[in-house]
Amino acid sequence: MAQVSIAVNGKVRRADVEPRLLLVHFLREQLRLTGTHVGCDTSQCGACTVLIDGRSAKSCTLFAVQADGSEITTIEGLARDGELHPLQQGFWEEHGLQCGYCTPGMIMAAVTLLNDTPKPTEQQIREGIAGNFCRCTGYQHIVNAIQHAAGKR
Amino acid sequence: MIPTPFDYARATSLDDAVAKLKASGGRAKLIAGGHSLVPLMKFRLSEPAALIDIARIPGLSGIREQEGRIHIGAGTVHHDVASSALLRDKCPVVADTAAQIGDPQVRHRGTLGGSLAHADPAADYPAVVLALDADIHLKGPKGWRVVKASDFFKDLFTVDMEADEIIVSVQFAPVRAAAYAKLHQRASRYAIVGVAAALDVSGGRVESARVGLTGAGSHATRLTAVEQALAGQPLTPAAIGAAAERAGAGLTHVNADIHASEDYRRAMVPVFTRRALEGALRRATASTAGRQRSGPSSSGTRWR
Ligand SMILES: Cc1cc2nc3c(=O)[nH]c(=O)nc-3n(C[C@H](O)[C@H](O)[C@H](O)COP(=O)(O)OP(=O)(O)OC[C@H]3O[C@@H](n4cnc5c(N)ncnc54)[C@H](O)[C@@H]3O)c2cc1C
Ligand code: FES
Ligand code: FES
Repeated sequence: MAQVSIAVNGKVRRADVEPRLLLVHFLREQLRLTGTHVGCDTSQCGACTVLIDGRSAKSCTLFAVQADGSEITTIEGLARDGELHPLQQGFWEEHGLQCGYCTPGMIMAAVTLLNDTPKPTEQQIREGIAGNFCRCTGYQHIVNAIQHAAGKR
Repeated sequence: MIPTPFDYARATSLDDAVAKLKASGGRAKLIAGGHSLVPLMKFRLSEPAALIDIARIPGLSGIREQEGRIHIGAGTVHHDVASSALLRDKCPVVADTAAQIGDPQVRHRGTLGGSLAHADPAADYPAVVLALDADIHLKGPKGWRVVKASDFFKDLFTVDMEADEIIVSVQFAPVRAAAYAKLHQRASRYAIVGVAAALDVSGGRVESARVGLTGAGSHATRLTAVEQALAGQPLTPAAIGAAAERAGAGLTHVNADIHASEDYRRAMVPVFTRRALEGALRRATASTAGRQRSGPSSSGTRWR
């Protein structure tokens, strides 16, 4: 067992974990933060995307021990005082989801994109979500949702 | 998918990492970004008894220029290489290549050293370090060792590195007239065929050229037939096109997999060689033009 101390959505969480515990399982099963999804479990789909020290990463491709001492933001950490984050609002307004399985990962990838590039072109948006698969929407409404959020900033 | 159990320790310094590796007697593996190793461990294709995490060793990451050469720390993540102002200015091919690796999430975690050590036959960086004739600096229990990129890649996932050695940095003389062109696999972005070309130019001619190929064979290699065909040639599309035709020469083993047959890869090698050379040529002529005419005259170019 290894001891980890990870700040998740602003709250420090200490736990004893097996080194082989994946970060996504730590979040979902130990912390019960089930907004972060497991899609492919093979580093491809991005459904498990969270922010580690402010940058998007696939939490199925990282052991929790590697994140010891880091700050993590999950989809649950975006809304403030009951107010949706502009990206959450954008997905709502622009119908950026159908089944919703990819949505938390898409939004977390888009958070990094908009931090780096506050006014992205459509091409930059598509590159920014290149690590995230959606099997429902055909992506256009997701692009619109991110544009909507960028317009609000 | 759950890997087999392992012990985990963080290295606090380079010497600490070397000592821990040596003490493990071959049982431990280094982990940097984990973006090649963790997927393998999840499939249980790799079952190390222990991991030594080198991701937080101070000084193992960063990009700097020293005495005319560029040093990139092995722990530098692809995103930092892609967004380096120094590289964009002095040696844009490296930043361009990093920007084409995988996707943003992969680029936030994966490292240069991890990519070179892993030596995936479809990885991008190997082609570029070959074209730049880079030196790979390693540290082990016996001290420092420098291996030329052209001697480093030996075979499938096999490089000139002992089990207790660590890649510390990659060093090279920057070349502006260099470019990378790849045919990427649509889902992972790995190279089906990737070619990096670097030109030394003087007086409107190619003085010498280096061309690195990845994706086609078991490991990245130099395309020496193309390099020889280019030496002394004028900086023209025709000369470059003719040299690119030589790219298939001497390729004995060419990969075939679900993404591309051997014939298709063989057909793509000269195509992407030509594209890489054309990119290098555009950069060569843009920097000459830039010196002759000042002002925003290079706005017609397609690269940043
Ligand atoms: C979805 C996905 C898409 C990808 N697409 C591409 C792509 O398009 N192009 C591409 O080139 N790559 C691609 N990759 C691979 C990615 O670039 C990896 O990050 C990289 O190959 C390995 O770097 P790492 O730091 O993650 O290494 P790790 O996974 O941590 O380590 C890999 C191996 O190298 C060893 N190692 C690590 N650091 C060192 C060091 N400093 N010295 C000695 N040994 C060391 C480890 O022991 C291990 O054996 C992709 C990966 C994923 C998951
Ligand atoms: S579940 Fe992590 S990338 Fe698909
Ligand atoms: S909304 Fe269903 S996978 Fe994207």
